[in-house]
Amino acid sequence: MSEYYVCTGCALLCDDIEVETENGKVKTVHAACRKGVARMKGCIDSLECTVDGEKTDVESAIAKAAEILGEAANPLIFGHGNSSSEAQKLSIALAKKVGAYLDDTSSFCQGPIIEAILQEKLKTCTLDDIRHKADVIIFWGADPSNSHPRHLSRYSYFPRGKERQRGWEEDRTAICVDVRKSETAIICGDNRFYKIPMGEDAEFMDALVSALSSKVPKTSFGFDAKKILELANVLKKAKFGVICVGLGLIYSLKDLEPLFRLMDKLNEVSDFNIMPMVGQYNMRGFNQNLYEETGCINRVKYSPESGEAEHGPEFSVVEALRNKTVDAALIIGSDPLSSLPLSVSRYLAEIPLISIDPCRNLTSSRSNVTIPCALGGVEYGGTAVRMDGVDVELKKIIDTDNLPDVEILKKITEAI
Amino acid sequence: MANVMEIYQLLPKTNCKECGKSTCMAFAVDLLARKVSVNDCPPLVNDAKYKAGYEKLSEMIAPVGEVTETGLIVHEDKCIGCGNCVVACPVDVANDPLGAGSGKAPTSDKVIFKVEDGVVKARNVQECRRFGENKILCVACIDTCPTKAIEFV
Repeated sequence: MSEYYVCTGCALLCDDIEVETENGKVKTVHAACRKGVARMKGCIDSLECTVDGEKTDVESAIAKAAEILGEAANPLIFGHGNSSSEAQKLSIALAKKVGAYLDDTSSFCQGPIIEAILQEKLKTCTLDDIRHKADVIIFWGADPSNSHPRHLSRYSYFPRGKERQRGWEEDRTAICVDVRKSETAIICGDNRFYKIPMGEDAEFMDALVSALSSKVPKTSFGFDAKKILELANVLKKAKFGVICVGLGLIYSLKDLEPLFRLMDKLNEVSDFNIMPMVGQYNMRGFNQNLYEETGCINRVKYSPESGEAEHGPEFSVVEALRNKTVDAALIIGSDPLSSLPLSVSRYLAEIPLISIDPCRNLTSSRSNVTIPCALGGVEYGGTAVRMDGVDVELKKIIDTDNLPDVEILKKITEAI
Repeated sequence: MANVMEIYQLLPKTNCKECGKSTCMAFAVDLLARKVSVNDCPPLVNDAKYKAGYEKLSEMIAPVGEVTETGLIVHEDKCIGCGNCVVACPVDVANDPLGAGSGKAPTSDKVIFKVEDGVVKARNVQECRRFGENKILCVACIDTCPTKAIEFV
């Protein structure tokens, strides 16, 4: 028990996990949170290899999948958040080959923030910088106590760092801005919790910008101006601040302009960075891989003839399904039938559907072809990109008969 | 966390001494410290008019399998394994500054808290600051728990 493994439960990719195995199965996981343990112990209900509901071998399922993708005029390839970077690159190549719509969960998740960070419109830092330096941490529309349980204990609030030797009570201030009193808000305390009405984040940001400019902040929802001024004072005094942006903030903003204004102002008076609270363990990896390839992070359609990538909101998974412009779909490590509204995702069940996943889920139960793959970070290795953009090497813990998704995608591409 | 007055209000308050204690208040104090169980009060269990109180108390005084010597209870059903207590505990920081104190998995055997299978486990409780001659009312692990899974009785 001396080797450390990486947990793939969320995009924190904690690399201090010790694992005890027994009879080729994970028996005890040390140091990982409940979310990580659930992932590392594997599926309760493993996926079987099927074609049209009949059990079959992997080779014939791959051949059928290749046939479906080859025949489709506008296939959709979606998922990727739970795949290694190697698999994501193959997926991009496959999409190019068959002229597919290519998207991932960032399209309705952290996409806008990651895009702004990759285009260097927002200042960012690494999680280790936060641990060593951050003294003011804002959780805006985020509840890491539930989404990333070890965020506060490993990086942002409780640990001692090089410039933060005295711990959270004296050296750090955690602030929570949210529409409800989340568990993270409870830890931040009543004095440091700013409860705002739903959808008013942009207005609160602008009020904060005026407070930072020493003007009296005004909000239409009558937020106590004194409290905003007090917050502005804390932010002004920060030596190294960070805003952890959660989905609550992203869904509330029509565009990122208010956030840009706030960050510009904060960096005038102090030093502030953005940290996207990415959910799936390698979503940022997909965004970066596609960005290197095409210059956009998601919502891409490859032209079947030229192989050129087009980018636009109409190529997002939601719009493609709503407009019924796709005629087959390959889902890798995701469950859009559960995560998207049924009015949009219902169309998936009407078209030839291929699922590659370690576990059974709603999407795989409606799929024409299901191919079980090895569980990333547990049954096969690879690389993944942490939420702050740092590459992390994943290690294999136990053996499996299932092929990793890299191999499956390679074989599908070869068969087309 | 329940307090002694809340418990007392739900007891019969007749000082019948059937439980062996001299007063209902004494029973309430022992119940809070988990020295006795709700079922040790015969009127509460047998008399129909105290049924509501019995049910409320059974809910309030969650049964605990193992209370450590310092009275530390970890409610495993509530714990999410975030490790806040592991990193916040001053004893853990002092004994393992580069492991637990820096947010990483504990590297020393002297730490009090360790997360195992997603749930925190308490060990080495004799090291706890609430224990021994110079005990103080440290609340670092309770205050930092987002789900209120740690309790001292």
